[in-house]
Amino acid sequence: MECKCSKTENTKVFQDLLPTIEHYKHIDGSLISVMQEAQELYGYLSMELIQFIAKEMNIKPANVLGVATFYTQFRLTPVGKNLITLCQGTACHVNGSVAIEEAITDELGIKDGETTEDGLFTLSNVACLGCCSLSPVMIISGETYGKLTPDLTKKILREIKANSKKAVKT
Amino acid sequence: MKIIIGKGSCGIAAGASKVEAAVYEYINTAGINAETETTGCIGMCYLEPIVDIIDDSGNKKTYVGVSPDHIADILPGSEKANKNTLELSEEDITILKSQKRIALRNCGIINPEKIENYIEKGGYDAAKRCITEMTPDDVIAIIKTSGLAGRGGAGFPTWFKWNSAKQSPGNKKYMICNADEGDPGAFMDRSILEGDPHNLIEGMLIGAYAIGSDEGVVYVRAEYPLAIERLKLAIKQAEAKGFLGKNIFGSDYHFSLRIKAGAGAFVCGEETALIASLEGERGMPRLKPPFPAQKGYWEKPSNINNVETFANVAWIIENGGEAFARMGTENSKGTKVFALTGKIKKGGLVEIPMGMTVRDVIFNIGGGIKDDKKFKAVQMGGPSGGCIPADLLDTVIDYKKLSETGAIMGSGGMVVMDETTCMVDMARFFLDFTRKESCGKCVHCRIGMKRMLEILQRICAGEGREGDIDRLYNLAVQIKEGSLCGLGQTAPNPVLTTIQYFRHEYEAHINDKKCPAKQCKPLLTYSITPEKCIGCTLCAKNCPTNAIIGELKSAHSIDTEKCIKCDKCRTVCKFSAVVAN
Repeated sequence: MECKCSKTENTKVFQDLLPTIEHYKHIDGSLISVMQEAQELYGYLSMELIQFIAKEMNIKPANVLGVATFYTQFRLTPVGKNLITLCQGTACHVNGSVAIEEAITDELGIKDGETTEDGLFTLSNVACLGCCSLSPVMIISGETYGKLTPDLTKKILREIKANSKKAVKT
Repeated sequence: MKIIIGKGSCGIAAGASKVEAAVYEYINTAGINAETETTGCIGMCYLEPIVDIIDDSGNKKTYVGVSPDHIADILPGSEKANKNTLELSEEDITILKSQKRIALRNCGIINPEKIENYIEKGGYDAAKRCITEMTPDDVIAIIKTSGLAGRGGAGFPTWFKWNSAKQSPGNKKYMICNADEGDPGAFMDRSILEGDPHNLIEGMLIGAYAIGSDEGVVYVRAEYPLAIERLKLAIKQAEAKGFLGKNIFGSDYHFSLRIKAGAGAFVCGEETALIASLEGERGMPRLKPPFPAQKGYWEKPSNINNVETFANVAWIIENGGEAFARMGTENSKGTKVFALTGKIKKGGLVEIPMGMTVRDVIFNIGGGIKDDKKFKAVQMGGPSGGCIPADLLDTVIDYKKLSETGAIMGSGGMVVMDETTCMVDMARFFLDFTRKESCGKCVHCRIGMKRMLEILQRICAGEGREGDIDRLYNLAVQIKEGSLCGLGQTAPNPVLTTIQYFRHEYEAHINDKKCPAKQCKPLLTYSITPEKCIGCTLCAKNCPTNAIIGELKSAHSIDTEKCIKCDKCRTVCKFSAVVAN
C-alpha cells in the first residue's frame, strides 16, 4: 500500500487564515499565534486545518499537533453554540464547584469536554478564571455568572435553552 | 461631577458594564452634566460593582454593591435612605488604609486606558531618570539596596538576576515578563495588567535598560483577554509618547515591547518552559544551567521577572532603595500582594508590608471566616505551596518563615478553608491539577503523581488501605528529588503539608472510613432524625432511587442499600431532619 502521509495535494485551503500566515510566516516561533488566530476563525482546529497550517508554515504536521494537544486552549473538536467555561480553581473548588458541575451534567447530560446532541452547549472546565471572589463562577459565551448554586445554574441553562429555541422559531 | 466605574474583570463579572450603561442612560435622560471614567480593580472584590462619585466641589464618595437600579439613589442631592447603606463603610475604609500599596498604587484609582492619568501620577519619571541620568550599574545598585525579590514564587533577588543578565556577553538580550499567572486562586498580576499597565511597562523599561536589552516580551495568559487588550493599548500609547521605541527620552537607548498570548499551560510559569513556549514549541522545561541569563530566549541572555516584581521597580527608583528596604523583615523587604479567597468574608486583593502575621491578614484585613465558621487552614502558594493550620496563624509573612511551615510565599494566593473543607480532598484537588499540568518530561512527575492521585482518590472513596500514608510520603519525596523543574519539585507539597498537620483526617478516612469534614460522599451515611421529621414527603418525592420510605405525616427513613448519596434529600428538607454522617 502506498504511503500517504506526506501527500498534500488534497489539503483544503483555509482562505481566511492566509493573511495571518503571511504575517507570521517569517517570524520565528509564531506557530502558537497562528494557531490561536485559526481557532478564533474556525472555532476549533480540525485535522485538515492542522495540516494546512503545517504546510504553509513549513512545520511538520506532527509538531503542530503536538503543540495543539499540549495547550489547553486548543480544541480539536467543534464546540456547541454556547461554550460553558466552568472554573475549577481552588477558590471555586472550596466554594462548591463540584456541585455546579454535577448540576450541569444533570441538566444537560454532558461532562467536561463534551457537547450536547443538539449542539447547543459544550462544557469546558478551566483552572482559574481569576474572579475568585465571585466563586463558584462560570462563563457562558462571554457572560460571567458568579456565586452559583446548583439551582441557579440549572435556571441559567434553562433560560439560555429557551432563548435559543425562541431564536430558531423567529 | 465625575462618575468613576470600576471595570476590572471581577467588577465586570459582578455587573459593572450594566451599571455603566445605566449611568449613561440616567445622566442622558435626566440631563445631568457629568463626566464618566473607567478605572481598574481596587482589590475589594467582595464589594463590586464599585462606583466613585466626585461632586463639583471635589468631594469623593465611594458606593459599593451598586446595581443599575441604584443610580438615581447615589447621585448628589438624592435623599434616598439606601444612599448611606450603599456608601463604603468606615470598616472597609480602615481596611484599605491598613494596607501599603506600592505595586497596586494606581489600581482602581487611575484610568488604565489613559497614559495621561499615569503621567499625572509621576509615571515614567523614574524611567526617564534612569535612562538619562544613571548608568545601568546605578540602577542595579538601587534595586540591590531595596532588597526586592521575585514576587512570582521563588523569591530570588531581582538585582542578582539583572546583574547576571547584564554581565552575560552578547549584544542581543531579552527582557521578558512572566504574566502567565497560572496559580488557581491568585489574580494580582491580572489586576495590575488591567488596572495599571503602564506601571508594568515602566518597570520593564527600567530593567531592560539595566541589563542592556532592546527587546521585551510580555507572556500573558490567554484567559485574560481584558488584560491583553489594555496592555496592547498601553504599549501603543507609550510608543506614541516616545517611551518605547528608538531614542527613548532623547537618548541613544532603544527598547521595543510586544505581547505574546500564552495558550494555557501551568508549567509555562517555569522560566525555561516559558521560553520554549515563546519560541512556539510545547512548553517543556529545559535543564538548568545554562540559566536564561546566559542562554535564554533564542539562546540569547534573557531576564524573566513576573508582573508584580516589575510593578515595584518604578516606585523604588522614585523613592529610593532604602525606603523600600525599611518595610518588611530581615529576609523579606517591601510589600506583597495577596489574593484572599475561599471561605473568607472580605475576599479580594490586598497589599501589605512583609512581616505582618497570617492571622492579621485573614482576620483583620480579610474580616475573618465566612458565616463565622471555624478556621481550619490556609493554603499559601497554590498547588506548589502548602497549608498553614490554625496553630501556626501567627507565622509572619516572610519568605523564610513561611517556607519553614512547609508552605511558600509563592505568587500570593491565600485560599482560606473552614471546618467544612476536607484536607484529604484538598490534597487530591491540587494533585489532580498538577498531574494534569505535568508536561510529562520527567518520569517521576508524570507517573509518580498519577500513582499518588490514585491513592488519594481511593482514600476519598473510602477504599484507603493501611500504609497509604507512607506510600504517599515515599512517592512525594521521590517526585521532589526526581523532577527537573519547579512544578514536579513542589507538586507534592500540598500532600506533605496536609499529612504533616492533618494526619488525623487521613487516618479517619483510612481506618474509620469517615470524613470529618463531611465532604467525601462515599464515606457518608444518610439518615433521617425521627424527632425532626414531620413526614412532609418532600424528600421522598425528590429521591431519584426511591430510597426513602414513610407515610405522610409520619417520620421517614432511608434505605441505605438503595441510597446513592446524591444529597438531594438533605438539600430539600426544610426541617434539617436529614443528616449525613
